[in-house]
Amino acid sequence: MVQTAKKTIQIEIKRQDPEINNGESYNQVYYVGVEDWFTVLDALIKIREEIDGTLSLRCACRASICGSCAMRVNGQAKLVCKTKLSVVEKNNKVLIEPVGNMPVISDLASDFKPFWDKFNAVDPYIKPEGEVPDGEYLAPNDDMVHLVGVMNCIMCGACVSDCTVLEVKDNFLGPAALAKSYRFIADPRDGSQFERLQDLEKDGGIWDCTRCMQCIEVCPKGVNPMERIMSIRSKSMENKIDNNYGARHAKSFTDLIKSNGIVNEVLLLLKTKGLFNIIELIKILPIAIGAQLAGKRPPFFSHSSKNKDEIKKIFKKLEDKE
Amino acid sequence: MKFAFFPGCVSRGACPELYTSTIKISEILGIELDEKALESASCTGAGVLQEKNQLLGDTLNARNIALAEKQNLPILTICSTCQGVMSQAEYRLEDEEYRAQINETLAEEGLKYTGKTPTRHILWIIVEEIGEKKFKALVKRQLEGLRLAPFYGCYLVRPSKALKFYEKTERETCLEDLTEWVGATVVDFPGKTACCGFPIVTINEKASLKMVGNHTSTAKDLGAAAMVTPCPLCHLNLDQYQDRAAWMMKREIDLPIIHVPQLVGLALGLDPEELKINKHVISTKKLLSEISLQP
Repeated sequence: MVQTAKKTIQIEIKRQDPEINNGESYNQVYYVGVEDWFTVLDALIKIREEIDGTLSLRCACRASICGSCAMRVNGQAKLVCKTKLSVVEKNNKVLIEPVGNMPVISDLASDFKPFWDKFNAVDPYIKPEGEVPDGEYLAPNDDMVHLVGVMNCIMCGACVSDCTVLEVKDNFLGPAALAKSYRFIADPRDGSQFERLQDLEKDGGIWDCTRCMQCIEVCPKGVNPMERIMSIRSKSMENKIDNNYGARHAKSFTDLIKSNGIVNEVLLLLKTKGLFNIIELIKILPIAIGAQLAGKRPPFFSHSSKNKDEIKKIFKKLEDKE
Repeated sequence: MKFAFFPGCVSRGACPELYTSTIKISEILGIELDEKALESASCTGAGVLQEKNQLLGDTLNARNIALAEKQNLPILTICSTCQGVMSQAEYRLEDEEYRAQINETLAEEGLKYTGKTPTRHILWIIVEEIGEKKFKALVKRQLEGLRLAPFYGCYLVRPSKALKFYEKTERETCLEDLTEWVGATVVDFPGKTACCGFPIVTINEKASLKMVGNHTSTAKDLGAAAMVTPCPLCHLNLDQYQDRAAWMMKREIDLPIIHVPQLVGLALGLDPEELKINKHVISTKKLLSEISLQP
């Protein structure tokens, strides 16, 4: 018996094949009959099986466990096996593209080599110290509970795909690798926390993140990579690995709120760069002059909160609490 | 509509034109701003303080909101970052135990956070509270033919859960909607919800400049006459660092970046000078002549 599909959806797919169109990408439109319960993956498989056998895509478990079917749906990275078509289609249309920030092999299948290289760069395994125990390396349950979220990562690459820093900076380790790094930094059995933190202070590490929250938004497993990056920053500063612009910025910002209630932009800049960092200050000069000419230079003595004492009290009470 | 005005640090620092234009449009829109209600408030922490200590950040935000609640006023913000950080704090404070813990600290100052009226950005208030019909009736100067690229700022789009996009669906497209209400044409581009690069400008200027260059040049190439943003931090980076980004890309960009209240002010018939629209690094002269206004 021939089944009639409930409705027809227009699926536009960004395609790329080294042997077609000189390897340039092009968009192809398919009209697919779909049912209410269709996921985006169901529709893509239907295209491949019934309309165009040349379409390349990756998928395996179809249950959001294997992490192989991440791609961009209407511009945002998603696991297409757990994305209902009815939720994402707009006026019966949907746009599918391969993940971002990774080279395309063919159509929707991308080369994850940069992803794995960065993953491996953070030594994603326990490096214990001290005597080797008779049995296993044990950790108290309570110390591991907060790591369950980060261990949920299925390495689908959605966060890396939509990371706004990776779009402009190739050597940024990225959300997935940094979240994985946190998993070991915070593991009580690991003995190389300080060395790990020192490595992550460098260019391409934790201080490159802009806190844009894309990775939090697109992660299909609630790993919250950006929150992990912030936790590493916090640990890094606790360990006095703070001789860098990022840590100085965070510290100066906090100090300014503590002393004044609100932030004085001029002081923040000077404290972050360093008062005697002549070269950096000269570099900023043209920007400062531009602002001055436009009548936008922030005042040297800014407003302050009317009740600074109460703010100071809260700092005193909570400053050292995590 | 009376609100406790939370101007944020930047509108009292590097973007005074945002403060002025907000005051001007509020008078016409029927938004009464209490400028004294939050004189004792602190900075939201802008996500930076939260890097070090989230509990401290959330307590300061709960205190700011409690100060407004004490006077029975909801808070109005004019900065995507202030709004986003406050919304995130409000979202975490929905947890009763956490709220009680924070209220214990606030009690020492005689304050209590309830969260009964959520904080809102002026852009949300215009779109949700005033609404299309009432707003359009106030428009005196149709900005027809003006091509504008929207730029939200991360904190007004993510995390969508904390910003309540699931129940306030209009928030997802509020900037495009407002642009259409003033008669202008939306220049849509993928960077509109991306990062402007401001948070890393002092840490990694090159990466930050690439973001500025990518967004402004893409919008320009798509025919935008200006970019409009509800975030003064985005404004600062996209405006003040644009020339340097253009130099790095070896091309001309020259795209004015205007604040939401300035756009609204122009549509409400206010004089560009009143809105301090000339107080930008990237000149707005050409933009104003396009809508037949003398700079």
